[in-house]
Amino acid sequence: MLSDTDRRVIDVLQTGFPIVARPFAAVAPKLGMGEDELIATVTRLREDGVLSRFGPMYDAEALGGAFTLCAMAVPEERFAAVTETVNAFPEVAHNYRRAHRFNMWFVLATERPAAIAATIARIEAATGLPVLDLPKLEEYFLALRLQA
Amino acid sequence: MTASALDATDRAIVRATQAGLPLCREPYQVVAEQLGLAATDVMERMRRMLERGVIRRIAAVPNHYALGYTANGMSVWDVEDARLAELGPAVGALPSVSHCYRRPRRPPDWPYNLFAMVHGHSRDEVEAEVARIAALLGPACRAHEVLYSTAILKKTGLRLGG
Repeated sequence: MLSDTDRRVIDVLQTGFPIVARPFAAVAPKLGMGEDELIATVTRLREDGVLSRFGPMYDAEALGGAFTLCAMAVPEERFAAVTETVNAFPEVAHNYRRAHRFNMWFVLATERPAAIAATIARIEAATGLPVLDLPKLEEYFLALRLQA
Repeated sequence: MTASALDATDRAIVRATQAGLPLCREPYQVVAEQLGLAATDVMERMRRMLERGVIRRIAAVPNHYALGYTANGMSVWDVEDARLAELGPAVGALPSVSHCYRRPRRPPDWPYNLFAMVHGHSRDEVEAEVARIAALLGPACRAHEVLYSTAILKKTGLRLGG
């Protein structure tokens, strides 16, 4: 159960964290807390899994990787076998089942852009099913702010 | 922004911090010590990566589920191309939308060019948020669907390798 203080900490820290020698000391007064109390709160929220991450969010594409979102329409009777085949590719980062004719949605991540098309071709060959390649063309980005 | 703009030291900082910052009084100092660098150097390089968009932000990322946002749907929209530059950012700015992307249509199988991941405390709340997006898009949107996930088949973190 989150306390009001926990919620305020999440609310403030999800918008940003400064790059200064003692960043917790810089933020703590805004929350009416001491530096060590804030560190302890963040540590607990992190350990409890309320915060899934704390730190820099890197733009994976800016780091040189290539990504795309793929969709497949997998016949129900083959779903388990195709899942196993697709998941065996190390380039498959996430894979979700979704309630739709296109029932398998996965993200491919490769170190170089050219490897994306080659990996899709290998997945199509391994499964005998066509893959929809839906790369990000543009991102309409705004930092997510959840009501804590 | 390309990877080549990052030097070996930048990449060492990425590797040392991509799983998170140390939770202590001087986190940048701790990272610097791990890498044999000065804290001022680590902070200066991280500031530059932040300015260039390599770091999107330094922040806490709440777990949706822990905050009660247990329902989510991938909403997909067929929006007039000419209106996307204006409407995409408006959808992306909605507080219930975590990710919003333009992606290619793949006719005839796939007519949708705008993807918005919508989060809510319940399926009903997600549906209400989707209705709000539909109202916002108005006649510029020809069709939409919401794809709910029913199972996570694989989930691995995206990490910069060696």
